[in-house]
Amino acid sequence: MLAVSTALTRRAALGLALVGGLMLATQQHAEAAAKATATIGMAIEPTGLDPTIAAPVAIGQVTWQNIFEGLTTVDKNGKVQPQLAESWTISPDGLTYTFKLRQGVKFHDGEAFDSSVAKFAIDRARGADSVNPQKRYFASIDTVETPDASTLVLKLKQPAGSLLYWLGWPSSVIVAPKSAENNKTTPVGTGPFKFVSWAKGTKVDLARNADYWNKAGAAKLETATFRFIGDAQAQAAALKAGDVDAFPEFGAPELMASFAGDNRLATVIGNTELKVVAGMNNAKKPFDDKRVRQALMMAVDRQAVVDGAWSGLGTPIGSHYTPNDRGFKDLTGVYPHDAEKAKKLLAEAGYPNGLTFTIKAPQMAYAQRSAQMLQALFADIGVTLNIETTEFPAKWVADVFKAGNYDMTIVAHAEAMDIDIYARDPYYFNYKNPAFNDILKKVEATSDPKEQEALYGQAQTILAQDVPALFLFVMPKLGVWDKKLKGLWENEPIPSNVLSEVQWAE
Amino acid sequence: MIRSLLRRPTLLIGLVVTLLLFAIAITSLFWTPLPPTKMQIAQKLKPPFSAGLLGTDQFGRDLASMLMVGAWNSLSTSLLAVALGATLGTAVGVLVAAVRGLTEMVVMRVCDIIFAIPPILSAMMLGAFIGSGRFTAIIAIAVFMVPVFARLTLGAALQIWSREYVSAAIGMGRSRTRITLVHILPNISNQIIVQVTIQLGLAILTEAGLSFLGLGMPPPAPTWGRMLSDAQTFLGAAPWMALMPGLAIALAVLGLNMLGDGLRDLLDPRDKT
Repeated sequence: MLAVSTALTRRAALGLALVGGLMLATQQHAEAAAKATATIGMAIEPTGLDPTIAAPVAIGQVTWQNIFEGLTTVDKNGKVQPQLAESWTISPDGLTYTFKLRQGVKFHDGEAFDSSVAKFAIDRARGADSVNPQKRYFASIDTVETPDASTLVLKLKQPAGSLLYWLGWPSSVIVAPKSAENNKTTPVGTGPFKFVSWAKGTKVDLARNADYWNKAGAAKLETATFRFIGDAQAQAAALKAGDVDAFPEFGAPELMASFAGDNRLATVIGNTELKVVAGMNNAKKPFDDKRVRQALMMAVDRQAVVDGAWSGLGTPIGSHYTPNDRGFKDLTGVYPHDAEKAKKLLAEAGYPNGLTFTIKAPQMAYAQRSAQMLQALFADIGVTLNIETTEFPAKWVADVFKAGNYDMTIVAHAEAMDIDIYARDPYYFNYKNPAFNDILKKVEATSDPKEQEALYGQAQTILAQDVPALFLFVMPKLGVWDKKLKGLWENEPIPSNVLSEVQWAE
Repeated sequence: MIRSLLRRPTLLIGLVVTLLLFAIAITSLFWTPLPPTKMQIAQKLKPPFSAGLLGTDQFGRDLASMLMVGAWNSLSTSLLAVALGATLGTAVGVLVAAVRGLTEMVVMRVCDIIFAIPPILSAMMLGAFIGSGRFTAIIAIAVFMVPVFARLTLGAALQIWSREYVSAAIGMGRSRTRITLVHILPNISNQIIVQVTIQLGLAILTEAGLSFLGLGMPPPAPTWGRMLSDAQTFLGAAPWMALMPGLAIALAVLGLNMLGDGLRDLLDPRDKT
C-alpha cells in the first residue's frame, strides 16, 4: 500500500537524544577492531514482521531478502532474478508457468523447502481468507500443481505478464506451513539472516544463518540490528555519534548538508519509487471536472515544490511513474506551470472567482511542506486551500483511503510500477477511465517487454492528461552511512534494506 | 506619574515592551514589509539582513513579516482567551462570594478539578472533538483561566464583604446584587487588572505551545509556535528561523510579567502609606 519514509515527529526530546548519542560515542571508540555487526536505522517501526499479511513497507524493509525469500527476487537494478526457483519455463500461450525449485533449502527452524511448501505459501496468499496486501496479484492464478518435490506448476486464468516480478515482492515471500502462523512476531524464513529478537519500540536483532543454502550469497555480517528512530534530529545525532552505522532512508533533506563536514560518514543520494502525489476525489464536485484538475496542475510549479518541501532533492514527475521504471516518459511538459492559463481554464470550468477546498495532509514533513507550497501556488490562481492535518496511517487510512471522505490529499506512494492503482475500483482517487483500464489489461496479456513498455507509456500519458492526482515529485533515497560500510543498495527499486552483501571494509 | 514610573524600572520596562508588542501587532494589520505568506523559493533560508530584516524561512517567506503577523495572531488569541476567562471567572467569583454556602464549596472543587488538567491536554481533547484551530485554542486557554480568576475574586470579594461599609449597606437594605456592583467589583478591580496582565503572558506561552503542537491556527496564518516547530530541523542550517520566534515569545512573556509585577507594586493598597 502506502509508505511514509520520513515521519518527522516533532515532539521528540532532542536534548536527551543528543546527550545519549554522545555517551554512546565514547563507548563505541573502545571497540573499533574488525566489526562483524552493523546497526541500520529506520524511521518507522514495522507493525509486525510478516510481509505477507500486512501492507506497511517497513515490514519488508526489515525482513525481505534478510529473513524471507521468494521464488523470484528483484535485484538492486530492479531486474527479476531466480531465487528459490532455479529456473522456469512459460508456455507459449502465457498460461502455464513451470518452476524448477532449488533443492536442499531449509528454513531457519529446519523445515525443508519443496514444492508442497511453495504451494502452501501461494495458496495462503491467494486463499479466500487471505489478508495479503497484494492479494489481487495472485488473482490470475487458477491452480497450483506439484508434480514432484522440485517442480511447481502455476496454471493461470489469463496471461499475467508481470507475474514473475510480483513473485519477487516482499508480499510474495515463501513461508513454511509449521511457522507461518507465528511469522508476525517470530519470522522463520529461508534467508541469509535468522530472526533473534524484537524489542518493541527500539530494535530488531538478526543473526547470520550458518546453514544458508547459497554459499556465494551468504551473509558477511555475524549480526545485524535494525534501530527505529522517528525524529530526524535524533537520527542525525545517532549517525554522528556512531550509534547507528547507516540510515538508508534518512528523514530530513535539510539536515543532509550537516554531514558534509563529517569524514566518517558518506551521503548517498539514490532513486526510490516514492512518488509524492496530491490525490483528488475525482467523484466529487468540482474535481469531477477534468478542467479543474488540469487547472490545478498548471498552478503548480513542481520544481518550486521540490525546492521548498524537500530542499531541492527530488525529481519532478508528470505522471504516476518514476524515471527508474521501465518505459518511463517525461510528461512534466503536458501541463507545465502557467498561472494565467490555469486561471483561464478554471474560469472556463465555471469558477471565474476561484474556489475553496481542503487538503487532508498527513503529519509527515514532506506532506505538510508540500501542502503549504500548494496553498501558496493555488492562491496565485484564486484558489483557497485549507490544510487539515490528518494523522498517518490510522486516521488517514480510515478517512481518506477507505471512506474516500476528502477533497484533496497528499501522500507518497511507495510501490514500484503501481500505476495500476488508477484502474482499481474502489480506490481512493475514484478515478474511472475504461480506456486506461484496457491498456493495463493489455499489459498483462502480453509478455513482450517492448510491447509492455509501449503500453505503460500510453498509460502514463493518459494520467498526465486526465490529472486524477497532481503528480509532484519523486523523493530521493537519502542514504547516510559509515564510509567503511559496503554493500548497501544505493537505489531502491523496491522498498528494502538488503543486508546479505553488507560488510565492513578494512 | 512619570516620576513614579521612573522609580519603578520593572513597570517601565514592562510597559515599554508591552506597548511595543501591541504596536507591532496592530501595525501588522495595515503594513508588513512583505506579505507574510509570500513564498520566494529563490530567497529561501537567507540569514538576517541579507533578505529582509530578519532573514527568510525554508519557503523564502520573510521572517520579519511573519513575526509581525504572528504577534497579532498570538496577542489576539491570548487577549480573547483571557478576556473570556477573566469575565467568566470574575462573575463566578463574585457570585459565589455573595451566595456562599454549599455553592461555594461545589464551585471551588470544580475549579480544583479544572486546575488539575493542563491547558495543553484540554486543548488536545477539544481539538479531537471540534478540530484544531483558533477557536479551540481560545476555549482551551479560557477554560484554564476561569478558575484562576474565580479563586482570586472570591478571596478578594470576601475581604470586602467583611468591611464595615458593606455591613452598613446590608443594614440599609441594599440587595446583594447592588452591593456586588457598587462596592465589591470596583474595590477588587486592581487585583483583576494585575492578574489579567500576568495571565496574558501565560496565555501567550500556552498559545505558542499549542501552535507548536499543531493545535493552534492552521497554516498559512503565521504563529510564533509553528514557526518554532518548523525551524527544528533547520536549526543547524538556519538558526535564525528558531531564534527569532523564540526571542519574540520570550520578550512578550517577559514584558507582560514585568508589567504585571510593576502594576501590582503600584496598585497594591498595602504599599500605599
